[in-house]
Amino acid sequence: MATPKLSLQDVHKRFGSKVVLDGVSLDVYPGESVVVMGGSGTGKSVMLKCVLGLIQPDSGRILLDGNDITHVHGREREHLLRRFGMLFQGGALFDSLRVWRNVSFGLISAQRMRKRDARARAVEILAKVGLGPEVGDLRPAELSGGMQKRVALARAIATNPEIIFFDEPTAGLDPIMADVINKLIIERVRDLGATALTITHDMASARKIADRIGMLHGGKIIWIGPAAEVDHSGNPYVEQFIHGRAEGPITMAVRRQ
Amino acid sequence: MTTATNPVANIGRATLDFLADVGRICIFAAQSLLAVFTPPFYLANLGRQLLSVGFYSLPVVGLTALFTGAVLAQQIYIGTGRFNAESTVPTIVVFGITRELGPVIASLMVAGRVAAAMAAELGTMRVTEQIDALTTLATNPFRYLIAPRVLAATLMLPILVLIGDIIGVMGGWLLSTTVLGYNSVGYLQRSMDFLETWDVISGLIKAGVFGFIIALMGCYQGFNSSGGAQGVGRATTNAVVSASILILAANYIITSIVFTD
Ligand SMILES: Nc1ncnc2c1ncn2[C@@H]1O[C@H](COP(=O)(O)OP(=O)(O)OP(=O)(O)O)[C@@H](O)[C@H]1O
Ligand SMILES: [Mg+2]
Repeated sequence: MATPKLSLQDVHKRFGSKVVLDGVSLDVYPGESVVVMGGSGTGKSVMLKCVLGLIQPDSGRILLDGNDITHVHGREREHLLRRFGMLFQGGALFDSLRVWRNVSFGLISAQRMRKRDARARAVEILAKVGLGPEVGDLRPAELSGGMQKRVALARAIATNPEIIFFDEPTAGLDPIMADVINKLIIERVRDLGATALTITHDMASARKIADRIGMLHGGKIIWIGPAAEVDHSGNPYVEQFIHGRAEGPITMAVRRQ
Repeated sequence: MTTATNPVANIGRATLDFLADVGRICIFAAQSLLAVFTPPFYLANLGRQLLSVGFYSLPVVGLTALFTGAVLAQQIYIGTGRFNAESTVPTIVVFGITRELGPVIASLMVAGRVAAAMAAELGTMRVTEQIDALTTLATNPFRYLIAPRVLAATLMLPILVLIGDIIGVMGGWLLSTTVLGYNSVGYLQRSMDFLETWDVISGLIKAGVFGFIIALMGCYQGFNSSGGAQGVGRATTNAVVSASILILAANYIITSIVFTD
């Protein structure tokens, strides 16, 4: 098999005495769309931040195209990050900048695009997430929650990054808009050849966008397989999760804590 | 006795915490300085900070300087009156303002305004993950956020203090001529007679150092804040308190070691 685009090998991370990642291993292949699901607070966002270098893992390795990037810092890390796009769970829009400046931030700062071109490009990308050009002149605080999410998504994909992380891209969106976002993610992967790693609780969305689906539980990826097999995983944790049952092994683990 | 109640252990722990903090602040200061001198430079951000630290602090600095100068003249008039040396009032007022009160009082006022604003803004950016987002967009937060603030405060404080010095002397002059019966031209003449360039320059150098301290503490506390709205509130308070204490401590050190003549 080809070298994975991105590979997490036995990644550990704890905060104080609280173990969050307890040996996460995950391979994402070039041009693949992988979805990771898992209960609230299991460390999905922390996993993405470890890859980006926003959080330093305690142990384990993170490989990009087979190269160890776990301990890359400074300018080199800056360079590396140009290949990534990240949609933060909370949006994380710069509230001092107008929407179009947010969307084109990477184009201007990393790709040194001229302001006028960057603005035109921002309007184009905003249209892709279902937002009109007039939105570009607003401030993030003037947008609804769902609109903020879409602007954040537009910012994450604006530079056409090779690898895109989507942390709950459809949370807080209506079903129709959620489907627009699903299509957009699929388009990025199928048409532009990007590699995508998505965190979501939305099973409908996961089935649509994923080539493979994995489940994070207890600090490990306990199951991963093709999207079509998620319904017959034979894994009681996965089954409880996708059917949203209150009773099952996950709940027991919660009660035990 | 458990470690939690053992007073020696507590003092030890507090000392270690303090030293760790000092270390972290020193590293932060070094990183900030490095960012000030290495490209890319974000000039638009610098411009915005120059305006907000400099221009918008003018009313605060001007008013405090005016009142300080006036009250200084009043008190020195009373003091020197006890040994019939009222003629020295202008000289002492200008000396006190340029060397000491101008830089210290202006910096303390600006610390209240600017360190708090910086800590609140960066703290909010930290807890809403905007600083993380900046990093993932391949932009170094030290160059984009902190360098412009540190540079702006270090450059603007001496200018603010120079303006404050002038307004402070005017405050003393105003009170002396209207209330204490000094001759208008004579007062100004005497103010200038014994004033040395070094008196003013040493005050402005101090102001530059204080400006650096203000931005450093505002940025440090904001940048390292955590824990939501409460955390940002704590960062803001800590920024003002630590900046004020450091300004007074630095003032003592600079005055007693460097500016002894
Ligand atoms: N900077 C941090 N400092 C301390 N603890 C943290 C930090 N970031 C995350 N945690 C802890 O790590 C755990 C995992 O957090 P994370 O945000 O990754 O959860 P998640 O799986 O993304 O959950 P959700 O689905 O609710 O977004 C949580 O218990 C959280 O308290
Ligand atoms: Mg999360």
